Amino acid sequence: MSILLDGLSLGAVYALIALGYTMVYGIAKMLNFAHGDVIMVGAYAIYSTMALNTNPFIAMAVAIVVCTVMGIVIEKFAYKPLRGASPLAVLITAIGVSNLLQGIAQLIYGSTSIAFTVANFKTVHILGSEISVGTILTLVVGAIIMIGLTLFVKKTRTGRAMLAVSEDSGAARLMGVNVDKIIMLTFAIGSALAAFASLFYIIRIPSVTPTLGAMPGIKAFTAAVIGGIGSIPGAMLGGILLGMIEQICKHNPTIEAYTTAIEFCLLIVILLVKPVGLLGKRRREKV
Amino acid sequence: MALLEVKGLEVYYGVIQALKGIDFEVNEGEIVTLIGANGAGKTTTMQSVIGLIPPKAGTVSFEGKDITHLHCHKIVSLGMSQVPEGRRIFQELTVYQNLLMGAYIQKDKKAIKEDIKKIYARFPRLEERKNQIAGTLSGGEQQMLAMGRALMSRPKLLMLDEPSMGLSPLLVDEVFTIIKDLNKEGTTVLLVEQNAGKSLAISDRAYVLENGKIVLSGTGEELLQSEEVKKAYLGG
Repeated sequence: MSILLDGLSLGAVYALIALGYTMVYGIAKMLNFAHGDVIMVGAYAIYSTMALNTNPFIAMAVAIVVCTVMGIVIEKFAYKPLRGASPLAVLITAIGVSNLLQGIAQLIYGSTSIAFTVANFKTVHILGSEISVGTILTLVVGAIIMIGLTLFVKKTRTGRAMLAVSEDSGAARLMGVNVDKIIMLTFAIGSALAAFASLFYIIRIPSVTPTLGAMPGIKAFTAAVIGGIGSIPGAMLGGILLGMIEQICKHNPTIEAYTTAIEFCLLIVILLVKPVGLLGKRRREKV
Repeated sequence: MALLEVKGLEVYYGVIQALKGIDFEVNEGEIVTLIGANGAGKTTTMQSVIGLIPPKAGTVSFEGKDITHLHCHKIVSLGMSQVPEGRRIFQELTVYQNLLMGAYIQKDKKAIKEDIKKIYARFPRLEERKNQIAGTLSGGEQQMLAMGRALMSRPKLLMLDEPSMGLSPLLVDEVFTIIKDLNKEGTTVLLVEQNAGKSLAISDRAYVLENGKIVLSGTGEELLQSEEVKKAYLGG
């Protein structure tokens, strides 16, 4: 039971991050490798705010604002000028942005990891196993955000425009959609989700370092690809799958050391069997 | 004053010049056709007029307003709408959602509902399939959807890029009948076609585009009778 809940909760963290990758890929057709570092920025935002004021809710609000603004700024100054450029140039820029963010964090906070806890969570007993309230909080908030996002995309005019841009941005333009605005909004949403991921990540691992975004970033990217990059339900499925596998491995001493290897092997297997990912779609062409 | 006026339009793809300075106009209430072979620059013209491809030189004005350098979404909100080449409906959305996308610039929900009713009345097949994923429609149904979607923004000028492409002769006739009906109801139409015979027959005026230049123009009737057009586009 505790493995299940722990896995789901870690999965929710990966899913939140994976959503940022997948939405940006779907809509702007680029891999934003700096996305993991937005989590790091969010974590430092929480850390810095809590150093001034101990209320974690205010810290969370600050992190959301910081990450969202950061996402918009990155898109505007790093990626927007490259629209229409070769994907390789965009990819290298993303790696550059990633290094830049890590470098800035190192300048401000130093390169050593700083231990700190957001809150001391109690544990509760559910069906005989002990579970941290932090785990449950992650799970519940993660689920609410994902349901909210799904409804937003399916039911609202803007959400529909996002789907339309992701399928055919030229045709969406012809409908009167301001594609630049939609791309900006996508970065904003993805980064806000990353802010939540920062909180949940430092609840799990109570410390901050300039490179803390790298591992969850790459795992979530893996999750997005497993689920089918570009697909929103795919990112959720991939994230939860990866979180579950990670927790199952971690609770099994014989394979614990191979956790990450097993996760990436799963990626390879899925790409071999279904190259578009579990819920990825091959575009049908009809003339 | 013409509804749409294009003057000296030049478009380049890299170093290749696709449009070499073309002039044409569409007056309110008309059906105007651009005919031409593959690669003549018809689609480029359509995309450039609506702001998808920036021109290098020339001007485009709509209702007397210079729209040459406006973004596509701004131009659409002025009352221009386009059924693009190959239809390009949103394959992963439902028929109904596609129509809603067509009404993206329309904020009045009641008006959207009324418009959807009108579209369903004109294209009953779309109502039958309203909750179906658009990618599963037949080619003809997709063309109807693309036209319905373009009408949802209540355009003053409707542009259609090869609406007859890939359709059976029966459906082609239906498409042209619908275009004529829409025009009678007050929509001005700019049509791009390879099917010169049928399109000239419903056109008030037409232009012949060759290698990025307009080489001939006249009323639909005149061009139908023209020896050059007969030879090049109507099979002798």
